[in-house]
Amino acid sequence: MSLSLADVEKVARLARLAMNDQELQAAQAQLNNIFGLIAEMQAVDTKGVEPMSHSQDLAQRLREDMVTEPDQREAFQAVAPQVEQGLYLVPQVIE
Amino acid sequence: MIHSSLTQLGAALRAKKISSVELTQSYLDRIAQLNPKLNAFITVNPEMSLAQAREADTRFASGKVGALTGIPIAQKDIFCAKGWLTTCGSKMLHNFVSPYDAHVISQFNNAGAINLGKTNMDEFAMGSSNETSHYGPVKNPWDTARVPGGSSGGTAAAVAARLCAAATGTDTGGSIRQPAALCGISGLKPTYGVCSRYGMIAFASSLDQAGPMGRSAEDLALMLNVMAGFDERDSTSLQREKEDYTRDLNKPLTGLRIGLPKEFFAAGMGSDVAQAVEAAIAEYKKLGATIVEISLPNSKLSVPVYYVLAPAEASSNLSRFDGVRYGYRAPEYGDLADMYEKSRAQGFGAEVKRRIMIGTYVLSHGYYDAYYLQAQKIRRLIAQDFTEAYKQCDVIMGPTSPSTAFKLGEKGDDPVQMYLSDIYTIAVNLAGLPGMSIPCGFGANDMPVGLQIIGNYFDEARMLNVAHQFQLATDWHSHAPQGL
Repeated sequence: MSLSLADVEKVARLARLAMNDQELQAAQAQLNNIFGLIAEMQAVDTKGVEPMSHSQDLAQRLREDMVTEPDQREAFQAVAPQVEQGLYLVPQVIE
Repeated sequence: MIHSSLTQLGAALRAKKISSVELTQSYLDRIAQLNPKLNAFITVNPEMSLAQAREADTRFASGKVGALTGIPIAQKDIFCAKGWLTTCGSKMLHNFVSPYDAHVISQFNNAGAINLGKTNMDEFAMGSSNETSHYGPVKNPWDTARVPGGSSGGTAAAVAARLCAAATGTDTGGSIRQPAALCGISGLKPTYGVCSRYGMIAFASSLDQAGPMGRSAEDLALMLNVMAGFDERDSTSLQREKEDYTRDLNKPLTGLRIGLPKEFFAAGMGSDVAQAVEAAIAEYKKLGATIVEISLPNSKLSVPVYYVLAPAEASSNLSRFDGVRYGYRAPEYGDLADMYEKSRAQGFGAEVKRRIMIGTYVLSHGYYDAYYLQAQKIRRLIAQDFTEAYKQCDVIMGPTSPSTAFKLGEKGDDPVQMYLSDIYTIAVNLAGLPGMSIPCGFGANDMPVGLQIIGNYFDEARMLNVAHQFQLATDWHSHAPQGL
């Protein structure tokens, strides 16, 4: 299989990456090369094999439902691009 | 002093032959002199390092000291360190001064070690040559026209050039072992879950693991003693008894069974690399080991599987970089979506965008089963190969990288060629096993060759023993680049 330019455009949109036509075309060629490499695994028979996400098959750890984080709002907002009165500023989304 | 091991530096500090301030200053001077040539560090902050050194010196007066107290350790710029610029090699985080410490960083701080600076790396740890860093490529100290490997290339170059005694790295598909091999140093990626990922900027969460890089197995053991340990803030951190990783260093190797995967010694490896690795195996036989031929039949699928799983996890992890809470925001934008799209387009480099796009595609509707689920199933087959192999052997050995360090720009236009340079390391991450690389000779153009040692789960102490005994019998690890 290979990705069309429309596929690549859709992926860029889903990934929230602005790309011009030239960048989309370059990405199309490279992604198709990479998917050529990935195609090798399609033919493998994996019937009955459990998917593996962690090498040690552990159950998720639980903890007491209690406050563990102190208030560090000022420290965290000091590194934000734009804040005002303790709020993160973004372009208006609700009229 | 700059050629001293961590053990020697610790002893000199405790005997008051040198103060931590003097030691730290001498490394800072060396960095000032050589970093313009190597670009191994993104950030040095002499004031902060020396303040820590002064504090360490007072600890010597009070007597509460450990193996690494007062010793300057460089940190890969993927670890958040409070008050330090933490860029992860990206323009996206060009102005991110971390408000908190990664677990690994606080472990070093508690041990009284000095943060000597933040080392250069491939952007978000995605790369095998250090050429994807927004802060420029790192040069290999053995030949500055060549790459140091990646993604922990800044760390590898800094250790090789004696800009620090030891440093940290992270390894998602080979990012500790491959640069260690290409720069002629030692590096260890522990079993997944041994070192906490808290505060370590995420690339592929089910594969990422921190580990030590240094000049000898003995130094790595001392580093791992500080780095390893349970941390409840990382949901995949393993609850285990604290280990002393130096405990087995001096055991003899008589009776050790070394597995050699036939797939690793097939076509693809450079003849110079093969020669050095075979000579190392011969040395192990002299040390009392026996050789077993093993097979890892599914390991050939590790590159395609990795390039589905790692980008999928990366595309999800990197969605947090949106120009709202931290990092880069585009100077001009229209609505909210436009702000996201422009900030991400301008803040990420080409390789990172490529991987985000691969990941977005394989996770998108209609493709999940064919790619992501299939890759996770093959991942289990790859892990099972190792489980079978360890019924016949104690450790597995082979090359770390198919070639020695290549030239800067040599693989620039072809991502697939670059991806294949991790062909021997990736399976280890997929299986979650510990792996290391130690220097075992020199290949073409007198560039270092690395021997990869793969252990069974939680067998780090044995691997360090296996590496240490080799380093007692040979001197490959003590060669240093000349003429810098």
